[in-house]
Amino acid sequence: MNKKSRLFRLVDVLLLSLAAAPLVGGVVLQVLTKPPSQGISISGARIHFTLPAPLQALPITEAQINSWIVIVSLFFLCLYMTHGLAVRPETKRQVIAEWLIEQTESLVANNMGPYFKGFAPFVAAIMGLSAVSSLLTLLGMYPPTSDLNVVGGWALLVFFLITYYKLKAGPLYYLKSFAEPVAFLTPLNVIGEIATPVSMAFRHYGNILSGSVISVLVAAALQGLSRMVLGWLPGVLGSIPFLQIGLPAVLSIYFDVFSGCLQAFIFAMLTMLYIANGFPADEYEKRKSHKQNKVKQA
Amino acid sequence: MLELAIGIILGSCALGAGMAMIAGIGPGIGEGNAVAKACEAIGRQPESKGPVTTTMLMGCAIAETTGLYALVIAILLIFLAPNLLVNILLNAIG
Repeated sequence: MNKKSRLFRLVDVLLLSLAAAPLVGGVVLQVLTKPPSQGISISGARIHFTLPAPLQALPITEAQINSWIVIVSLFFLCLYMTHGLAVRPETKRQVIAEWLIEQTESLVANNMGPYFKGFAPFVAAIMGLSAVSSLLTLLGMYPPTSDLNVVGGWALLVFFLITYYKLKAGPLYYLKSFAEPVAFLTPLNVIGEIATPVSMAFRHYGNILSGSVISVLVAAALQGLSRMVLGWLPGVLGSIPFLQIGLPAVLSIYFDVFSGCLQAFIFAMLTMLYIANGFPADEYEKRKSHKQNKVKQA
Repeated sequence: MLELAIGIILGSCALGAGMAMIAGIGPGIGEGNAVAKACEAIGRQPESKGPVTTTMLMGCAIAETTGLYALVIAILLIFLAPNLLVNILLNAIG
């Protein structure tokens, strides 16, 4: 039973290496193209090259390239997880994949209700993309989530989805919902509507960026401190920042691992809650039954 | 004279960034309250630990928003505003 054909194993190795290749390539690209920095350097995404485009030159930044790295890597990882599925799970990875899918499906069903059951893949995709993007800092790469453009794009996508589901009960009902509970609150409601994607984008981007800024500042401060305290040591020993050992790693566990995963979860949770809460379920049901009655009468 | 003007711009940007982060007090107090209440709730009903923790994290994320707005303003003031303002000054002088 445990005997797998050679072809199966070959495909396994191929898929795993294809999942790892983009990450390795990203690290190599980072090492090759990053200019040496002196002291504290906090910068946005570096621009690799610009493509000519009709309206404005299109810069291809580190954030875009790293996003694609994450996408390709996750794609092959998913292919690996679902390779060789059986009715009775034979491999550990099938059990893990089934567990993940069950978890997301129950999360979506609990938070969004039965109408939005099909949202599980979307939510899982957003969560995985965001979490792995933030975890790229562990490899020393630029995390795409600390670029406002990337996260702003996701927030806009979520905003379009929210509006689409709000429009399900008809455009008139959607416009009327702005004048509630009182008509003169309309401007406030419009601002609140726009604030949703803005706050989602700022929340995610601010958390990841502040984490990396604090990490850089602490590392630089420890380097200065160790030069001051241990600078009297002879030769090479004096120039090694011994005090940098330890504390940055602890900070990295909080800011990169914990905060990154937490922000991914929060972004996905907010997506689900906003979409499910914005959807006018009662009105939609009413319209649906109304339409069905009309069809019956005709 | 020009040095003084640029110095004032840089100093004001740094001061403004620091002042913007005063907004960090609010979310700190608010999140502390939220976590305290969550601990109380878990102490009273240990079996509801999972949902309480999830709801608390969500609430903390929402409460954090104002602090993050301040953070974004501070980051803009430190990294973007000095360049922009100095350029405006230089253009005005000609």
